[in-house]
Amino acid sequence: MNWSAIASIYRFEMARFFRTLAQSFLSPVLSTSLYFVVFGTAIGSRIQEVEGVSYGAFIVPGLIMLSVVTLSISNASFGIYFPKFLGTIYELLSAPVNFIEIVVGYVGAAATKALFVGVVILITATFFVDLRIEHPLAMVAFLVLTCLSFSLLGFIIGIWAGNFEQMSLVPQLVVTPLIFLGGTFYSISMLPPVWQTITLFNPVVYLISGFRWSFYGLADVPIGFSLLAIVVFTGICLGIIWWIFKTGWRIRS
Amino acid sequence: MTTILSIRDLRKSYADGFEALKGVTLDIRQGEILALLGPNGAGKTTLISTICGITTPSSGTVTVGGHDIQSDFRAARRMIGLVPQEIALEPFEKVWNTVRLSRGLFGLGRDDARIEEILRKLSLWDKRRNAIKELSGGMKRRVLIAKALAHEPRVLFLDEPTAGVDVELRKDMWEIVAELKQAGVTIILTTHYIEEAEAIADRVGVIDKGELLLVQDKNTLMAQMGKKQIEVMLTDPIASIPDSLAAHNLTLNGNGDALIYTYDTHADRTGITTLLNDVAQAGLILRDVQTRQSSLEEIFVNLVSGEPA
Repeated sequence: MNWSAIASIYRFEMARFFRTLAQSFLSPVLSTSLYFVVFGTAIGSRIQEVEGVSYGAFIVPGLIMLSVVTLSISNASFGIYFPKFLGTIYELLSAPVNFIEIVVGYVGAAATKALFVGVVILITATFFVDLRIEHPLAMVAFLVLTCLSFSLLGFIIGIWAGNFEQMSLVPQLVVTPLIFLGGTFYSISMLPPVWQTITLFNPVVYLISGFRWSFYGLADVPIGFSLLAIVVFTGICLGIIWWIFKTGWRIRS
Repeated sequence: MTTILSIRDLRKSYADGFEALKGVTLDIRQGEILALLGPNGAGKTTLISTICGITTPSSGTVTVGGHDIQSDFRAARRMIGLVPQEIALEPFEKVWNTVRLSRGLFGLGRDDARIEEILRKLSLWDKRRNAIKELSGGMKRRVLIAKALAHEPRVLFLDEPTAGVDVELRKDMWEIVAELKQAGVTIILTTHYIEEAEAIADRVGVIDKGELLLVQDKNTLMAQMGKKQIEVMLTDPIASIPDSLAAHNLTLNGNGDALIYTYDTHADRTGITTLLNDVAQAGLILRDVQTRQSSLEEIFVNLVSGEPA
């Protein structure tokens, strides 16, 4: 294992994050505050408690997931797409590194950045609502696994993308709708029965449900299913990345 | 001399059927400078990219220091440094950080003294804290070299290192290459500039349409394939070559004031003495005599066009 290469890639990617630290820090704080103002206060004041939890507090896990998933994808896709775009990927391909080391370096850095923002949002939320975390270990595990798995997805998107437009295509057209329809702002029990069944085909439901369970002990689907979903999703992403490096698809001619 | 890089029947075909490399076999000796000459699309960059791991070979083997580039890729790649043709650098990153990244990627620990030494050698020390985007084109090329040297490679590939750079920088690059050779680094460079190969290479390889046409010692190549001409300049111009000189197969220049005689430097008798005697016999008065040897460029053009030199 080329640990030095992993550390170098990780450090190099994190340096990009630290160059724009204020932006990285302020942006999630501002957007989360806006969500709380709009959904938590303006709209939330008209909504009853959801299963014994105030609406403002109810949406916190979903809001964290919304940002963490989006950022994981964008960080990782940008991280690997930028060297392709600039041509600096030649160095990575000609270095004594294997795909595991490349993935650990890039995905590790992308997940770390998303995790940082997730924690910032969590802290910001405490200024607006009373939070309780019933299963802190599970909360950390879900947060870390989400950062990692969606960073893996972002890495795949970054390799697949042929231009900047394609890079934002999947997050905007697929991931964001799935998150919004995945119970970020509501419990699926609030939906009509038919829609409840349809919603169960949305993988993000399992993610948000599991994460919300770690806060309030409330879940739309059994916690085991949530854990299984995220593990399977991570496995699929890893399999695709293994295939990409084995065949050299879009990176090695 | 020890072979440091061995290429055997290396082939590269693409999905559309295009054959970029058609069975290249080549041994590169430790410590030499080999210049690969060839027109655009000849396969020079594909050859380098395949050896360095950027392109996957279709068949054939390459070993670097005895390490196979596929089955023992880590050991093989650790020995190789690559300076790509295009300036590929992250614009917002600082010079120091980008060179440090290169060292780390190749599995070497932090060594600030070594990086300082490289940056000083390449006149980049004063720019170490600058972002890449603040550097001139020439400086960026130096950064690429610094990155390639950061892990102390024993074999360095320079893919068109002086393409598009001014004459002064080109000379600087040649000096850098000479210093690296002094330090024991084996250098393989591709170039369009024949004078570059002529000035710095020990051996010259000519590649065209994916095939290595020849690899030879530069001086031997020029001696074997180079034509030599003698130009006999006359005091008074003449309208045509006198019949008494017809046996020498001379040509008359446009002004009619110089006779050009082409001869083989390796022939037992070059015929120069007879020619000069016959010129005097014909009553022509000599103003000057000059000799000219064909350049590597002419040899290269002739090889690629399939004509004898």
